[in-house]
Amino acid sequence: MKTHETPQDNIKTLGGFKKALYALDEQGRYRTCATSGWEVEEIVLLDALADYDRKAEEARQKVLEGRTSPIEYFMYMRRMDLMTLTQAMGLFRWQVKRHLKPEVFRKLNEAILQQYADLFRISIGALKHFEEDIH
Amino acid sequence: MNSGRVFEHKHFAHCESGVVSSLLTHHGLSLSEPMVFGLAGGITFAYLPFIKINEMPLMSYRMPPRSIIRGVQRRLGIRFQTKTYRDREEAQADLNRFIRDGQAVGLQTSVYWLPYFPPEMRFQFNAHNLIVFGKEGDEFLISDPVFEQVVKIMPEDLQNARFARGMLAPKGYLYYPVFIPPTIDLRAAIRKSIGKTTKMMLHGPVIFGVRGIYFMAKRIEEMGRRKDPRYVKLILGHIVRMQEEIGTGGGGFRFIYAAFLQEASDLLQQPLLSEASVKMTEAGDLWRQFALACARVIKGKTDQIDLRPIVDLLRQCGDAEKKVYQMLASG
Repeated sequence: MKTHETPQDNIKTLGGFKKALYALDEQGRYRTCATSGWEVEEIVLLDALADYDRKAEEARQKVLEGRTSPIEYFMYMRRMDLMTLTQAMGLFRWQVKRHLKPEVFRKLNEAILQQYADLFRISIGALKHFEEDIH
Repeated sequence: MNSGRVFEHKHFAHCESGVVSSLLTHHGLSLSEPMVFGLAGGITFAYLPFIKINEMPLMSYRMPPRSIIRGVQRRLGIRFQTKTYRDREEAQADLNRFIRDGQAVGLQTSVYWLPYFPPEMRFQFNAHNLIVFGKEGDEFLISDPVFEQVVKIMPEDLQNARFARGMLAPKGYLYYPVFIPPTIDLRAAIRKSIGKTTKMMLHGPVIFGVRGIYFMAKRIEEMGRRKDPRYVKLILGHIVRMQEEIGTGGGGFRFIYAAFLQEASDLLQQPLLSEASVKMTEAGDLWRQFALACARVIKGKTDQIDLRPIVDLLRQCGDAEKKVYQMLASG
């Protein structure tokens, strides 16, 4: 890649900041130059994000139907899957799976709810009153 | 070891090599990022079907986190003081003390907890490296190698980032150089590290190196026959993200390594290395073509996915890299 070939696609997933990369100048010497991103990166990242959004929307429906707890919704909103969530919470898989059951979720104590809320970077209220909020 | 110098922020392609290059330069040993990356043997290819991320296999274009810090120590006889913490408060107090003493330190952090990252990038990735070099009011001054400018962070955000849980959990990991040998035989170190990289890339177990690239090509070929198009698109996107997102320098670290080979050629007065650098650049360009082909499939509305051109390009990447390492092995 030559310096004049470095992508400057101003991709929105980079939020206006620039990355550095190594490219060849006119003399065939490597040097760093700044890039505002490559369309290819944007396409693949947006596609991955769309997949999380789709799963989050499914989870929201399931919460309304009483088939899962809001934890699943926020898990996807924060771009995690069950394994990532489990590890980030420092719990076992079966524990998190139980917390996804609406009846278990309703009885969860404040401390564990707070821990989820902290991880999701939301208030504990957003977790507890999720159903009322989306109605 | 306190350098007594004012810390200077620089913009790098990759976080760990950037931090190590910055810290060493700050302490008087001026090594470029490609030199650090190459000396530590940072390049690789690995396709790891048994490590799942979002139900997808992990592939890596570089060695695992912390291997650059370890690599420069082993190769150059430098010593880093490294620390992990069980107690968050102790970690915080320690950091404050270092900053008060004017000691710039490297930290391992989770991108998920760094507010200055674009929201779209804030995944649970726990091995992002940065340097803390000062404080302004309540906020720490951060030299984040993949950012153009110095950034600031509130102490509680930094705490969260240092103590994120999960895969590659940082546990407060902190490091800074404490010893740099007065004389370093850079030439010998370069030869040794190139030898090691070549060996791994040509003769590693089947899921590593050049054979790993072919292995992945075969997996993609099979996937086209078995999996539904949605999954195929997701996994292609996943491969490209590992290759092109922040910190790869484009072309999955191949351009950084080509830059290293060029620098090495100058130092050793070996034209062969310069030729290898040109070949490695070609390999990087091919990887970018591969990424482009994947993105076209992902963007395409059709479910009729033709994977042949993608698989072909991937095999060409493998062929191109094989030539580079064979050339290096002959020299």
